[in-house]
Parts: sequence; C-alpha cells; structure tokens
Amino acid sequence: MINSSTAELLQTWLRRHLSAENLAWIEDGIRATHSGNRRTFSLTFSMASRRLGKADLEPKAEDLLAADGARPGWNPSRWTVDQAARTLLVLALPSQDADEFVTTLDRLFAAADVGELVALYQSLPLLPHPERHVLRAAEGIRTNMKSVFEAVAHRNPYPSEQLAEGPWNQMVLKSLFIGSQLDPIVGLDRRMNPDLTRMLWDYSCERRAAKRSINPELWRCIGPFADDAMITEMTSVLRTGDPLERQGAALALASSPHPAAARGLEEDADVRSCLTSKLWTWPSLAEALSQQS
Amino acid sequence: MTLRLIDPHIHMSARTTDDYEAMAAAGIVAVIEPAFWLGQPRTSVGTFQDYYSSLVGFERFRAAQFGIRHYCTIGLNSKEANNEPLAREVIEILPLYLAKEGVVAVGEIGFDDMTSTEETFFHQQVELAKEFNLPIMIHTPHRNKKEGTLRSMDLCDEHGVPPHRVVIDHNNEETVQSVLDRGFWAAFTIYPKTKMGNERMVEVVRKYGSERIIVDSSADWGVSDPLAVPKTAHLMIQRGIPQEDVETSCYRNALAAYGQSGQFNESDWLEPAPIDQRTLFMGNSVLRGQQPRVDESAQQEIIR
Repeated sequence: MINSSTAELLQTWLRRHLSAENLAWIEDGIRATHSGNRRTFSLTFSMASRRLGKADLEPKAEDLLAADGARPGWNPSRWTVDQAARTLLVLALPSQDADEFVTTLDRLFAAADVGELVALYQSLPLLPHPERHVLRAAEGIRTNMKSVFEAVAHRNPYPSEQLAEGPWNQMVLKSLFIGSQLDPIVGLDRRMNPDLTRMLWDYSCERRAAKRSINPELWRCIGPFADDAMITEMTSVLRTGDPLERQGAALALASSPHPAAARGLEEDADVRSCLTSKLWTWPSLAEALSQQS
Repeated sequence: MTLRLIDPHIHMSARTTDDYEAMAAAGIVAVIEPAFWLGQPRTSVGTFQDYYSSLVGFERFRAAQFGIRHYCTIGLNSKEANNEPLAREVIEILPLYLAKEGVVAVGEIGFDDMTSTEETFFHQQVELAKEFNLPIMIHTPHRNKKEGTLRSMDLCDEHGVPPHRVVIDHNNEETVQSVLDRGFWAAFTIYPKTKMGNERMVEVVRKYGSERIIVDSSADWGVSDPLAVPKTAHLMIQRGIPQEDVETSCYRNALAAYGQSGQFNESDWLEPAPIDQRTLFMGNSVLRGQQPRVDESAQQEIIR
C-alpha cells in the first residue's frame, strides 16, 4: 500500500465522503494499480467521477495545516472527491522507473477529459520525480481551458518550484490575459523579477492604448521594480481610478522602494490608514474583484 | 415566455461562438454532439483520438462559457467504418472514451452504404454499448433509408438491446411508423434540403403525437441551422400543437432517452454544483434573464 503521508491524508478525507461500497471500490483500484494492473487502473481512473461523484472534499482548517506540513505549499482547499480519488490512483502507479512513469502519465493526459486534466495537473506537486514534469506543467499553461490553466497556476506550489523564469512569467501574464486571478498563484511575490515587471507594464500600456480596463492585481508585479514612468502611472490611477483600481495602485506603491512612491501615498491620509490597518491587502482585493465579476 | 430546449444532435465543433450565443438566447440549455466524420475521411487513429479528446475536453468548456451544457456520444461513424484497417484501430481506443464525463451514448453508428464492413463495426459497437451500459444513437442512411432503418433495428434486436435504449435518428414520414411501432425512440433532423423541414415536422407531431419523438438539428459544417430546434418549437406552437407536446418532443424525450446513461441530468443546468460553477459552467444567460440579443445588435457593430 501507499505509505506516503500525502496519500494517507487524501485517504482519510475520502473516507468521510464515501459509502463502504465505494470506499472498497476505490481501495481495490488503488491496490490493483499498485501491483501493476494497468487495465484496472485505467478503468478506475476513468470511472471515478461517475462512481464517486464530484462533491467538494471540504478539508477542515486542521486538514489544510496537515497538508502544508506533509507537502509545503500544497493547498487542497478546493479539491473534490473524484479529484482526490484520481490523485490517489496516480500516486499508486509504480514509479521506480522515471521514464516508464512519465510515459504512463503522458498516455493518461492524452486521453483525458476536462475533469481528469484538472485532477492530473493539480496533483503535479505530489508526484514523484518532480523534475520530470516541467514540460507537462508548461503544456498545461498553454491550454485554452480556464479550469485546466488554473489547476496548474492556482494553489499549486509546483510552478514556483520548478518553472524557469520564462515559463513562469508567461504563466503570470497569461493569468491576466484570460481574466484569471493572480493572488492564488503560489510564490507570486517570491518569484517577482524585473522581466516580469516589464512584460506586465507593456501589457498595461497596450490595454490603456486600446481603452480597455486594467486588472488592479497587475500592479502587484509592478510595484517592487517600478521605474519613474510606472510610479507616475500608478499615482495617477490612485487619484482617478475606481475604488478597486485605487486599492491596487495603493498596495503597489506601498511595496515600491522608489522614493516617489511614498510621495504618491502621502497625499491621502485615508488611503494610508487603509494600508496600515490592513483593510486593503492583495488577497482582499482579489476577493473583491471576484465578487464583482 | 422562453421554452427550455435541448438539441440532442448537433456538431458544435463546426459552429461559431455566434451560434452558441444565439442558441442560448433561444432557450437551448443543453446539446449532445455525436462523434461523426469531418467532411473528409481521416487517415490515422491519432486524428480520431484528438477529435474524441476535443469532444470531452475543449468543446465542453467552450459551450459552458455560453451557459450551454455540452454532452457527446462516442463512436465510429458508418462512413469511415469502411476503411477497415483504420476502423479496427479506432474500435480499440473507444473504451478509453466511453466512460468519460458527459458521454451519453455510443454513436452515431449505423449504416451509410450498407456494406458488410459497416455492419461488422456496427455489431462491435452495439456490444460496446452493452458493456459500458450506454444507450445507442443510430444514424440512418440518406440513401436506401427505409431498408437501412429496418436493418438497424433488427441488428439491435439480435443483440438483445431493448428498443428504449436506442434512438433511431434522421427519420422521415416513411420510417416513423415502423420505428414507433417497434418501441424505439424516433428522432427527426430538421436540416434544409436533404432531411426534414420544420413544417413537415409540425405535421408529424400532429399525426403521431409526441411520445418517443425527438427533434434535433444535426447542424454541422454544411448549410444547416443551429436554431432548428427552437424554430421548430415555435412553429409548432404557432400552428396549434399543444405546448405539452412541444416540450416533450423538444426537451423531455431527449432527456429521458439519453438520461439512461446516468450522465444527462436536468440538475446539471438547473442546479449546477458549486465546484462546477467555479471551474467550468458559467451559468445560463437565459435563466438569468439576459437582454434579448436583438437589443444588442447595434452595439455589436463595434468590435471591442
């Protein structure tokens, strides 16, 4: 049987949701998979959502702490029952031979439906041979399906640990491009870099020229490396933007070491108090934006 | 009042986003996209695999963005069944797809030229349907339709598949009586020139009622109409068909027939699960009472 602690956690949470019969069904599937039975693996993996349903897994606060303890950065807060079951099956695949494991995964991805793709991509941080899934993660980022993209990009520590700067920056830019949030990206602040700042700045200029709105979360990646022109623009957004645009600009100015940034914030005591009291934070801004859309 | 409608046979991969918008605005809440051919024969099993993957993947997502639920049927169509070596490879990969989410039947299968090769793969796929406990969607041929229809029903009987598990599609005035008499679902395709027109359809429902009668568009890459189901439903009402019969033939029967898969439930669009709304389904614009499309036409001149 599987003895890794992430798998044990998943099994514990699954037990709360499944009937004895369904629990036996998935445990049989896991056992057969572990002993190398390919056919049972494929069938159980495919049938998981039909058989077990797609209810939210609803891990409790202490479960999430345990998840982070077992695998730093792992956040299964939005996982569902079928996703947990499918992940357990993949974790049960024989994996001593890295090439063989990756080939099996490739076959699985090639015939996957949307739900399976989401389950597979969000299980990336739990898989053995982490260095072997970099191209797969990059492929997931190229998808046109938002749910699949977010399975890689959101609440998933794998990209920040494994992706080189190029694909990482693409992932952040693409999030904005497809109307996805930045805040759920694990390691967003830690992986800030001047190239990303320039890419997002160019993107914001393009949007402005086309008279399109700019997602206020964008400024989060501009603040730490902002130059004069960027500070000027953010200061102007702070003066004239809508309430959420102003929050984004204020938070970004507060994160900038540029001396002009502090001057931009000095003008408005209300804004400063919202920042110091933590009434405005990046997560609260993301939350407010998601309510709005 | 907007009717709630299902188009249980439409090839959305060949249609545009304008179509999806218009369909949602006209009351279509769910569609079934049968696997079929692409207008020219495929040459390798890989292109079949990618096509099946898109039916359970991207197309499902694309439809959901417009508030329409997308389901599909998986099968090897009769036309391409005639390439025997390739057909054998395709049959081998079907089990990879038949249990995927939203697969509501094996189909569309059946006869095109009524060759023996077509029949071989027809037999094999009926067996697959039994193994995966799925209903069957049968395409009846354009040419030699009556004989093809009868032979298709005989073949299902030979395998012991009960008629209520089988939808016989593309019926006309010539075939409907025998299909209904034998207990199969009788689907009608409203498709300009080659299949049924909707005035004829109104008369079929007037004559036979709505029991086991299903209306679809089979809209694809040819000159066809993705609004065929709503247009037919409205015409029925205009011409005095009881609303009950309109709802049965344009919504409820499709739900009952393909619902036998366990994958096609009214709650999917009436009460989508929270997880689903977060990640896939954007909600139905009709149910939310969006402004009718005509009111937006002036604005749509401008492309933003």
